[in-house]
Amino acid sequence: MSGNDVWVLGGGVICGIGNNVRECITSFRQMKPGMATMQYLSSTHRDSFPVVEVKADNATLAAKSGLPAHISRTALLSAVAAKEAWESAQLGNIREYRVGLVSANTVGGMDKTEDFFAEYLQDNQSGRLRDVVNHECGSITELVADALGIRHHVSTISTACSSSANAIMYGARLLRNNLVDVVIAGGTDALTRFTLNGFNTLMILDQQACRPFDDTRTGLNLGEGAGYIVMVSDAIAQKMDIKPWCKLTGYANANDAYHQTASSPDGIGNYLAMQQAMEMAGIGPEDMSYINLHGTGTLNNDLSEGTAIQRLFGNAVPPVSSTKSFTGHTLGASGGIEAVFAALAVKEGYLYPNAQFSHQMKELSFSPVTTFSEGNVINNVMSNSFGFGGNCSSLVFSKEIS
Amino acid sequence: MNIYINGTGCVSPLETAVEGRLPSAAPLYDNIRLKAAEPDYKQWIDIKMIRRMSRVIKMGVAAAQLSLREAGIQKPEGIITGTAYGCLDDTGVFLTKMINQQEEMLTPTAFIQSTHNTVAGQIALLLECHAYNNTFVHKGFSFEHTLIDSIMQLREGKISNILAGAMDELTNHSFNILSRFNLFKHTAAGEGAACFVLSTEKGPNAVAKLKGVSVLYKPGSYEEVAADIVGFLAAYNCSQEDIDLVITGRNGDPAGDAWYEHVENNVFPSLPVARFKHLCGEYPTASAFGTWMAGRIIASQEVTPAVLFKGNAPSAIKKVLLYNHHDASHHSMILLSIC
Repeated sequence: MSGNDVWVLGGGVICGIGNNVRECITSFRQMKPGMATMQYLSSTHRDSFPVVEVKADNATLAAKSGLPAHISRTALLSAVAAKEAWESAQLGNIREYRVGLVSANTVGGMDKTEDFFAEYLQDNQSGRLRDVVNHECGSITELVADALGIRHHVSTISTACSSSANAIMYGARLLRNNLVDVVIAGGTDALTRFTLNGFNTLMILDQQACRPFDDTRTGLNLGEGAGYIVMVSDAIAQKMDIKPWCKLTGYANANDAYHQTASSPDGIGNYLAMQQAMEMAGIGPEDMSYINLHGTGTLNNDLSEGTAIQRLFGNAVPPVSSTKSFTGHTLGASGGIEAVFAALAVKEGYLYPNAQFSHQMKELSFSPVTTFSEGNVINNVMSNSFGFGGNCSSLVFSKEIS
Repeated sequence: MNIYINGTGCVSPLETAVEGRLPSAAPLYDNIRLKAAEPDYKQWIDIKMIRRMSRVIKMGVAAAQLSLREAGIQKPEGIITGTAYGCLDDTGVFLTKMINQQEEMLTPTAFIQSTHNTVAGQIALLLECHAYNNTFVHKGFSFEHTLIDSIMQLREGKISNILAGAMDELTNHSFNILSRFNLFKHTAAGEGAACFVLSTEKGPNAVAKLKGVSVLYKPGSYEEVAADIVGFLAAYNCSQEDIDLVITGRNGDPAGDAWYEHVENNVFPSLPVARFKHLCGEYPTASAFGTWMAGRIIASQEVTPAVLFKGNAPSAIKKVLLYNHHDASHHSMILLSIC
């Protein structure tokens, strides 16, 4: 341990392929993606677009999380995953540490706001105020922080689809700057009509199961969920009996500065984020064992990301896959969910499959991994998260080489 | 390491965007809803884009450009914004159409511009800036976390300057809904944008040094806040006696002002106090306006009657502490000193 390392001690996930980490891994192992007709979200587009919902209603999530069932699903999902993450880290009493919760989301309590707004638009004195009181993104984080007993540093980041990766990066930097001892970082987002209709106006929703990095891809499927990792500094890691999952050795955030929603054709933002994260980790292209792609399944994203990967890795592209082919695009939660998968890949030697892949993209020289495997030698994994506003972030998780 | 505020820009209900300074007398607002006095955006933004952009985007871009101009730099080495509510106007537009049109025949512009990182993304796009870009959306800490991240970035040593700012807009919907929570009985609702170019090197127009920032979430008592402020000052090798002026976020609400009263009377009993929310209104990122004001006071060495709340204006102003809270749950301290 070199003194300023950031260790990943544990993680938690809830998403459309599992209510905890173990269930998610089982779904990968059994090649069971989570796309289905929507059951919990109410929308006129129900039969047009498959979604990847968490397979539980709000009452069930409330019982799991200990929060009231009437609050935003975004907070319920967050609480479930953050609790799993904290428990897996085996740190004991949360009040004994300077703990930070850095949680990302993109639309806060919008699932409740859109119900409120329908009544409010009829008469601006109607609509239940308890349905808008937690509209703000920060409110979601605070509901969970209060439930877990975290006061020291509570923050929320929102950079569209890269939100959670930036939350993890900020959390790691809080540790390195000695502002906290432990940080729970990641993100959450529940499905809402607002986002479903928003992505529909952009005409990037697939009517079938999405096909990331496939030549026939036509768009993404929206998902929902939450994912968090628990990180500690060297000082805390040395006191622990349990073996950390891995280290977070590299992270970078760059801006594509090309268009408000579209990625540049050469993926300059993607390239810069990946290149700088690897530089920080002190590794070259040949050291990378696996890349968990942003891989939304849109024509634009996969081409930009693929082009940037090819530029960075040349003919030696490591195994890659998009787990969004299972979980759908969980927006503000995706970077957190995928960080848990990436960190676990280092710990367990997993390579995750890319479902629904059958046609090689003609612009690229590489194609994704299509089967699940374990026991691989995985030293370094990169997790990519790119989003609206040109926000591009990459994280590198590494095995401790003794 | 010293961190200098090399440039500032502020769009507020006052003419701060045009005049760049505080008025000598406080304006008499006759409304509980304050609206930002917007500058002529054509100097920075293409007319076609001005028409499409909501006010929070335009205010943010203007404040960013004003601060960059004052600092004399074209492209910062990082961009961080804070916004509690995000792009409320575009959110309201899309939500209204979605409901009224039963989810049919919607257009993408309002949705695209509704994401919280739109302002930071637009600034990057206009400046062609590929550097670090982040957006904090944590209620009454949104601006403070922007500063904390900026200070970490500068201390980490990879960059020497960064653009940091916060912005929030008030819309018809948000004013209606917030009013239903009885928030504006004693205070006016406000809005605005304030940006700062922070640097490890002193620029020609530097207004002040940013010494430190700290936040306190949901303190249990007045005493806890008072102890936290003393601890905060000590962490920057300061005592109460070293402070020349305290700026507090008094907004006229008796329950909220009691927190300030306690700190003013118990931590800084002999110090003059200035206030700012009678100028900018109450909103979760109002502390960005307060910080802009603190910078102007240090640069001009003048506390005008428009802002002085108690005591006499100090003759020399070397250190200023801004203590603010939002809704009694989000307390923050920002310490500035003379360059």
